[in-house]
Amino acid sequence: MDLRFTPEEIAFRDEVRAFFRENLPESIRTKLTLGKHFSRDDMVTWMRILNAKGWAAPHWPVEYGGTDWDPVQQYIFREELLAAPAPEPLSFGVSMVGPVIYTFGNQKQKDYFLPRIRNMDDWWCQGFSEPGAGSDLASLKTRAVREGDHYIVNGQKTWTTLGQHADWIFCLVRTNPDAPKKQMGISFLLIDMKSPGVTLRPIQTLDGGFEVNEIFFDDVKVPAENLVGEENKGWDYAKFLLGNERTGIARIGISKERVRRIRRLASAEKAGERPLIENPRFREKLAALEVELKALEMTQLRVVAEARNRPSDKPDPASSILKIKGSQIQQATTELLLDVVGPYALPFTPEEEGRNEPPIGPEWAQMIAPNYFNTRKVSIYGGSNEIQKNIIAKAILGL
Amino acid sequence: MDFDLNDEQRMLKDSVEKLLGARYDFDTRRRISDSPEGFDREIWSAFAEMGLLALPFSEDDGGMGGGPVETMIVMEAFGRALVVEPFLASVILAGGILRRAGSSGQRAEHIAAIAGGEKLYAFAHHERQARYDLHDVATMARADGEHYVISGEKGLVLSGDSADRLIVSARTSGNQRDEAGISLFLVDAKAEGVSRRGYATQDGARGAEVTFDNVRIPASALIGTRDEAFPVIARVIEEAIAALCAESVGVMADMHEATIDYMKVRNQFGTHIGSFQVLQHAAADMFIALEQARSMAMFASMMVQEEDARERARAIAAAKVQIGNSCRFVGQNAVQLHGGVAVTMEYKVAHSFKRATMIEKLFGDTDHYTTRLADLGGVIGE
Ligand SMILES: Cc1cc2nc3c(=O)[nH]c(=O)nc-3n(C[C@H](O)[C@H](O)[C@H](O)COP(=O)(O)OP(=O)(O)OC[C@H]3O[C@@H](n4cnc5c(N)ncnc54)[C@H](O)[C@@H]3O)c2cc1C
Ligand SMILES: Cc1cc2nc3c(=O)[nH]c(=O)nc-3n(C[C@H](O)[C@H](O)[C@H](O)COP(=O)(O)OP(=O)(O)OC[C@H]3O[C@@H](n4cnc5c(N)ncnc54)[C@H](O)[C@@H]3O)c2cc1C
Repeated sequence: MDLRFTPEEIAFRDEVRAFFRENLPESIRTKLTLGKHFSRDDMVTWMRILNAKGWAAPHWPVEYGGTDWDPVQQYIFREELLAAPAPEPLSFGVSMVGPVIYTFGNQKQKDYFLPRIRNMDDWWCQGFSEPGAGSDLASLKTRAVREGDHYIVNGQKTWTTLGQHADWIFCLVRTNPDAPKKQMGISFLLIDMKSPGVTLRPIQTLDGGFEVNEIFFDDVKVPAENLVGEENKGWDYAKFLLGNERTGIARIGISKERVRRIRRLASAEKAGERPLIENPRFREKLAALEVELKALEMTQLRVVAEARNRPSDKPDPASSILKIKGSQIQQATTELLLDVVGPYALPFTPEEEGRNEPPIGPEWAQMIAPNYFNTRKVSIYGGSNEIQKNIIAKAILGL
Repeated sequence: MDFDLNDEQRMLKDSVEKLLGARYDFDTRRRISDSPEGFDREIWSAFAEMGLLALPFSEDDGGMGGGPVETMIVMEAFGRALVVEPFLASVILAGGILRRAGSSGQRAEHIAAIAGGEKLYAFAHHERQARYDLHDVATMARADGEHYVISGEKGLVLSGDSADRLIVSARTSGNQRDEAGISLFLVDAKAEGVSRRGYATQDGARGAEVTFDNVRIPASALIGTRDEAFPVIARVIEEAIAALCAESVGVMADMHEATIDYMKVRNQFGTHIGSFQVLQHAAADMFIALEQARSMAMFASMMVQEEDARERARAIAAAKVQIGNSCRFVGQNAVQLHGGVAVTMEYKVAHSFKRATMIEKLFGDTDHYTTRLADLGGVIGE
């Protein structure tokens, strides 16, 4: 047992860190530090910078434009990226649909879609959830009926993150309503957002932002060649997809960056005559959070090390620990930031590009309450924390 | 010992709830909050007609002679409906200052204007550097013959952008962080040298940053005794905290009920989610947190009239800590138990959660009052 990185790993970390320092546009970095939303263009710009370096999808196999990094290197890359802080490559493309396509798709799909995903020529969104199918995803109702060389799709998806920017949506659709189990009648379909019959309604989130949407399908004609893998096997691909994010789900890099930010801000912000960081109550809360975060980082590294010995299509149920604890810690960092900002959490400044007026109160304070509100989502989406605990109880504890 | 309301109080509760039930549903509230002024003058008139704006003032001042329990009843109902009208700013804060420190002439003029709903008042006290310290006042009022000249910057003036008149705290002697040397003045919001920048707040209400640039006012605009305003300010903030505690109980009770209702109708895995024991326990914990907050809101209403300043301060600090903790717990769980729907602007719980979050921040957060209570020797006593 040696918990330190090897000299090679440290050299790799330094290389990655230097690349981010030199190539991440300052305007994007600033937006992330302040907790602001970045634009579609920001994301495309950043993905193309990564792609030019060959790092847009480092976890993909080399033959599809990935790297041969081992899980520890993958981990280092991701954590350095989040800590930079740089935008995470749009997960819907590189982490979700990409791996499904290269694992289960046909040659034509691989040739066409994979390079476009890496270069962000297509913006992808995820069409799984429906109004009646949240935690119980398998009860989804959106229907796809085969007619000749097309599917006709009718139904509704919801909570579609950044669907307003999307060129393509990957959907779970019901192709066999009469299957003996509801999981058995589902297929994985790629749908062009420009197809006639697709409409989108934005849903404003509680922080005032626009990041989720409802998407309606009204007799949408989808070429049958956009089916991934076999008909009615979509649930297997979805499970593969959902389990795929295991190394990144805890977002430790983001939390580390936030902890550093908390320390910086609390050193500058006065509470009474002294900086807030000298307030015993505050500093002890921060220290306690750092302990949780360090423990999670070590847990994450154990999962990463273990991943070297696991087949890649068998996700580790311990990733549920990472999801639960990681989301709780992310939420706790936003709560501590609320404590730092104090009364100036109150003003609401709409985020508009090109606004000239100075913000109300300190610039750094603007997004703190919105980020706190918005971060409630992380214990709800991607399998809620209640669902994750059910998984631990069943799959690990045998209850 | 009697926790029950008397007949008149029950009538007050019924009539406020009825008015809000009829005229302040969630969609109306959203529309009002999104309107340019951020509140509704017609509703404000309706409050005035019902006597709500006259409630805490003595009958001698033309008020209804209500006490903290009456305020509690109104604020709890306002919390349920997420009322954004400037009741706290105009009636509780500015009205509280005038009621406690105004001369008979000032009371006759200004309390009548507040109670009748004709004019709106706001309390311009907070300053950016002060954080939660009420005595940290840098704004200066310089005596100049029969006048004072006020200069300085005030922030987070609740409902300050539509106020007709401002009550401003300013230093007439001493250093920035001295309790002594602070005075209160009545300033017309449109006076020369007053500039305001209004904004929406995170919880859908309004606030303003107000700059005073050599604002000249007559000496008669002084409220109360020169240099000795601090105890008045502290007292009125205590009353505002007691009112906020009651409001938070309304906000939390509404979120809790919405959550229970939702658990009965939302189906996943072939059954209503209320059948999952883990969610039942979370809802039970929310209920406990709500009832603990309700108890402390009652305690705050009772103790806000206590004449022993130290006892009163302990009680208010304890109440603020309890509601802060409960607001956080109930708010976060209400969102969690709803899943995705409660992270959208389209659903009331999201707005209640934001209000609950901001209530925790107003006039001093949980950490601030925990430390303060510890310094005061706790709330149980020897
Ligand atoms: C901001 C945001 C972005 C999203 N982005 C996307 C996206 O891009 N694409 C997409 O397809 N989906 C997306 N989702 C949807 C997300 O995956 C769902 O919200 C999630 O699966 C929960 O479903 P639900 O919201 O319907 O809640 P429900 O499933 O109705 O859950 C309500 C409550 O019940 C609990 N619960 C449910 N079942 C059980 C059980 N068996 N035991 C114990 N407790 C239970 C839940 O934990 C929750 O607390 C997003 C959601 C949000 C909030
Ligand atoms: C010090 C002591 C004094 C006591 N005195 C008395 C007494 O004076 N009179 C008397 O009648 N009894 C008394 N009891 C017994 C007590 O009522 C039982 O211990 C209690 O009912 C729990 O039963 P159990 O110990 O069989 O645990 P179990 O019922 O087997 O419970 C084990 C665990 O499962 C949990 N659990 C059980 N059912 C559920 C459920 N439906 N949902 C969720 N969780 C569940 C429990 O909370 C516990 O954590 C006493 C017990 C103790 C320890």
